[in-house]
Amino acid sequence: MTDAPQKTATRAAYGKALVKLGELNPNVVVLDADLSKSTKTEGFAKRFPERFFQMGIAEADMMGTAAGLAASGKIPFASSFAIFASGRAFDQVRQTAGYGRLNVKIGASHGGITVGEDGASHQSIEDIALMRVIPGMTVIVPADAEETEQAVFAAARHEGPVYIRTGRSPVPVLFDEDYKFQIGKAATLREGKDVTIIACGVMVSASLEAAEILAKKGVSARVLNMATIKPIHVDAVVAAAKETGAIVTVEEHSIIGGLGSAVCEVTGEMCPVPVERVGIRDVFGQSGTPHELMQAYGLTGDDIAQAAVRAIDRIGT
Amino acid sequence: MTKEETRELQRIAQRIRLGIVKSVAAAASGHPGGSLSVADIMATLYFKEMRIDSKNPTWPDRDRFVMSKGHAAPALYATLAEAGFIGKEELTTLRKFGSRLQGHPSMRHVPGVEMSTGSLGQGLSAANGMAIAAKLDKRPTRVYVIIGDGEAQEGQIWEASMTSVHRKLDNLMVFFDYNGLQIDGKITDVKSFTEPAAKWRAFGWHVLEIDGHDIQAIHAACEEAKATKGKPTMVVAHTIKGKGVPFMENIVDWHGKAPSEEQAEEAISHLEASLR
Repeated sequence: MTDAPQKTATRAAYGKALVKLGELNPNVVVLDADLSKSTKTEGFAKRFPERFFQMGIAEADMMGTAAGLAASGKIPFASSFAIFASGRAFDQVRQTAGYGRLNVKIGASHGGITVGEDGASHQSIEDIALMRVIPGMTVIVPADAEETEQAVFAAARHEGPVYIRTGRSPVPVLFDEDYKFQIGKAATLREGKDVTIIACGVMVSASLEAAEILAKKGVSARVLNMATIKPIHVDAVVAAAKETGAIVTVEEHSIIGGLGSAVCEVTGEMCPVPVERVGIRDVFGQSGTPHELMQAYGLTGDDIAQAAVRAIDRIGT
Repeated sequence: MTKEETRELQRIAQRIRLGIVKSVAAAASGHPGGSLSVADIMATLYFKEMRIDSKNPTWPDRDRFVMSKGHAAPALYATLAEAGFIGKEELTTLRKFGSRLQGHPSMRHVPGVEMSTGSLGQGLSAANGMAIAAKLDKRPTRVYVIIGDGEAQEGQIWEASMTSVHRKLDNLMVFFDYNGLQIDGKITDVKSFTEPAAKWRAFGWHVLEIDGHDIQAIHAACEEAKATKGKPTMVVAHTIKGKGVPFMENIVDWHGKAPSEEQAEEAISHLEASLR
């Protein structure tokens, strides 16, 4: 952990990581659907023009092409906004990358409502649910630049399809180079005994704020960074339930089908405890600044802290 | 191509048709019509044109085939059986529980199946990816695809058609199985699709129009495609749905229906007679 003030968007880290990866692995290729300036794949495009494939505004075709490349031994990173990568091209991802168990990596930027001003059409609040349900798909939502870079490298090493969701807006640094990201492993960012806050992506720093707020009230909150939504780190969820007795899940995604659901699936089957899900409550987003939207949809540190109190109050009821 | 070679390919095509009828009849479901229509193309590709090795199905330099119209799986399986990728006795396990021969082709189940297909419109994109990879690696690989005429109602076919041209994929050759029928009826009634050759020409493809049951014409098209540089080749292959089984020919109901036992016997004896 570090207090370095440098904020970086995870999408920017994704773009930089691809260039580093491209230097090391000649089989890495990158595809984009006319959004390379936004998904930040333009750096790879400049450095490795022969391994970059501009597919135009055709996400379905891009995913199919990526499948063909993967079937020929390449490691394609197909990049677009989360809403298009998961939604527009869902069937292509399912039929080829998923059913074919192909080595397709999906780089989905602009996840969640912090997309901001573009409005609901571009704010992906369903993508984690859509990707999570595909058999064999790995789903990663990194929380900062360092974790994003490591997730990109881990995805390239992993055999099979991987969905990596990044964000548009700059987020605080949480990890330094000593951090070791592993697919399927949660990271404990703060120890606590009264409640566990399990968060992913841009919501991790807000969850740490919530833990501070709770500490001032005498509540000790554990904070887990659950970067891998699938496969979820079952042991970490079970330990949180057994050791702290209450859980809050926090995600910039619908409370239906995402991290909150994944955690509830584990607690429901293995260790029922009160769970409060912080996320988008079955509504579409709207235009606004990321800050305004986080306030409006209840995704601030205060909101998370209140959810923690509610979860603790429900223990034993 | 010599007359003997042509005759031999015609016989292979008839044996593929036998495999289609036997497997679909055993399954009691499946898609015979659009499988029979592509049998001559399959025979020519697998036994004359393609560089493949059934003993080494993942040989990196091999040519690739993608059955984009995945419901023609019986044609693909019967061809793979003829070519030795799978056993002929396995064909009658088509669509049965526990069989590798899934209702639509699965690359994780069957050696020689290069891409999982079935949801229409997707195979051409995947084939583009294979053709791009071959060019990146400077491999001699050529990529062959069959798309259905009804399938071309899917928008992704046209997204992919732009990609093939933009990437100058001259190692790619596509057959458009122009049999004129789809599940719900004539293509012209369901959603009229006129002048396919002109459409692909306008997209920038090298376009040929042939009789899709004429082995020599299929072979000549393959030769022309190989000689065509800087462009992918689209072969508009005029075919007859159900070709080779007289009672199925040009009857829309045989798109996705299995023959009864008696009908299968009739079809089999007709096809076997053609092999004598």
